[in-house]
Amino acid sequence: MERISKEQVKHVANLARLEFSEKEIELFAKQLDDIISYAEQLNELDTENVEPTSHVLDVKNVLREDEVKPSLDQKDVMKNAPDHEDGQFKVPSVLE
Amino acid sequence: MSLFDHRISDIHELLHKKELTVTDLVDESYKRIQSVEGKVDAFLHLTEEAARKKAAELDSKVAANELSGSLFGIPVGIKDNIVTKGVRTTCASKLLENFEPIHNATVVNQLMDAQAVTIGKLNMDEFAMGSSNENSGFKPTRNPWDLDRVPGGSSGGSAASVAAGEVFFSLGSDTGGSIREPASFCGVVGMKPTYGRVSRFGLVAFASSLDQIGPITRTVEDNAFVLQAISGHDKMDSTSANVDVPHFSAGLNEGVKGLRIAVPKEYLGEGVSTEVREQVMQSLKTLEGLGATWEEVSLPHSKYATAAYYLLASSEASANLARFDGIRYGVRVEEDNLIETYKKSRSQGFGDEVKRRIMLGTFALSSGYYDAYYKKAQKVRTLIKQDFEEVFNKFDVIIGPTAPTTAFKIGEKVNDPLTMYATDILTIPVNLAGVPAISVPSGLAGGLPVGLQIIGKFFDEATIYRVAHAFEQATNFNELKPKL
Repeated sequence: MERISKEQVKHVANLARLEFSEKEIELFAKQLDDIISYAEQLNELDTENVEPTSHVLDVKNVLREDEVKPSLDQKDVMKNAPDHEDGQFKVPSVLE
Repeated sequence: MSLFDHRISDIHELLHKKELTVTDLVDESYKRIQSVEGKVDAFLHLTEEAARKKAAELDSKVAANELSGSLFGIPVGIKDNIVTKGVRTTCASKLLENFEPIHNATVVNQLMDAQAVTIGKLNMDEFAMGSSNENSGFKPTRNPWDLDRVPGGSSGGSAASVAAGEVFFSLGSDTGGSIREPASFCGVVGMKPTYGRVSRFGLVAFASSLDQIGPITRTVEDNAFVLQAISGHDKMDSTSANVDVPHFSAGLNEGVKGLRIAVPKEYLGEGVSTEVREQVMQSLKTLEGLGATWEEVSLPHSKYATAAYYLLASSEASANLARFDGIRYGVRVEEDNLIETYKKSRSQGFGDEVKRRIMLGTFALSSGYYDAYYKKAQKVRTLIKQDFEEVFNKFDVIIGPTAPTTAFKIGEKVNDPLTMYATDILTIPVNLAGVPAISVPSGLAGGLPVGLQIIGKFFDEATIYRVAHAFEQATNFNELKPKL
């Protein structure tokens, strides 16, 4: 059974902010389908009463005092920016 | 003989006696790099000017009898996903080709405090996703034992540079086997510490609940030395564990008499080559001869680990890599509007494997599939963790192979993601459980190194080192070197 259609690949690509050629979409649909069908072996296991593990250490919220400290230098922050102006990141238009 | 055949303690003695200078050590690195780097391709960038300056500075300290720092003068290579202030850090991705971090990772500061000398940044699979280094956005690293073969991944440059004698030791990172598998393929010692033992601050995140930094060295003793220098709680990483750090090398010579070893039958079954299986049995005999006992056990959920791992690691990666959008750093491909700019920048910047994992992770987290895939995998992770807990109730360590085979040929698995993922079947469960594990050389098969994996209890790296050291002393397999 085909689990992942080309339409689904396009939908997920949009969510992930990626774009692909038609040829790539075909390849990804097949490869993702293989990986997902492989992953479906997990359904052999009854996990009804099993708690999920998101983290191996028993760490709860780690809190600290909210103290005012010097922040990063603006020049440093802009150092790797592809485009900036007046100490701000410059981006293409967001609204039409 | 290379200066790097010594142990750190020997080097320090020579420095103390003024029979050696730090400049000699740094020379050794760059000379070796000059002669073999064309074949191995372990480095992405070198920091020679800074290294020579640092060497001169340390030599004047020696002259003034101010030799202090546990890694004083020792040349180190750093995997290129660990940020270094003012030194390019690319994660072997075209997207970060020109990225110059504005701070150091905590481990880098710790190495500097210990007075190690950074030689350069090491090649890897892009964003640490891969088992062969073929996913580097720039070039594949080659295995020093056979240049037609992969060094393993994703810390392939870290393992190959140590095996080739280009650096004394290196740092790698391990999410599903990325320190241990290349250490196994290259015949060196690689440790993945307990999750939380080493700060991840400044390690570019792949899968945050699994990633851990660790040392790659030629000997077990040196490995313990380096881990000592980089361990400990860090307020900049709230997932670093606030637990005591023992003296890792204190019990190194205590031997393995009475040690209880568990050998999971799943680690010697289907998919593991005959030669690797034979090496493990031979190694167990060696340990038996030293007074340890072993018994076959079962980690029944092992076969589900790879599937659970790829769902979880890819899901975390899809979230972590959302930050690479060409706005604040990285290469931007400018389009008319913001969304198209994101899409073009990411699509041109990321390689195929990274895109594949982002896609898988985004799918597993997307509405309608979250419970069936992501949450299911998290539950299976619990079962895998419980498997380990049960075995560790009765045993001190778990031993098996690190990788199912020796190093494979470049190009052999690159077009088949599932076959490539199967390379990590014996290392992945360890990351899911969070426990520590080392890979140590256990001899050659067909002229290629085989690694023995020793897995320990939570925060019990000391026992792993004790077993690994006893094995190393009894076999001297660490002295085998590639002919380059």
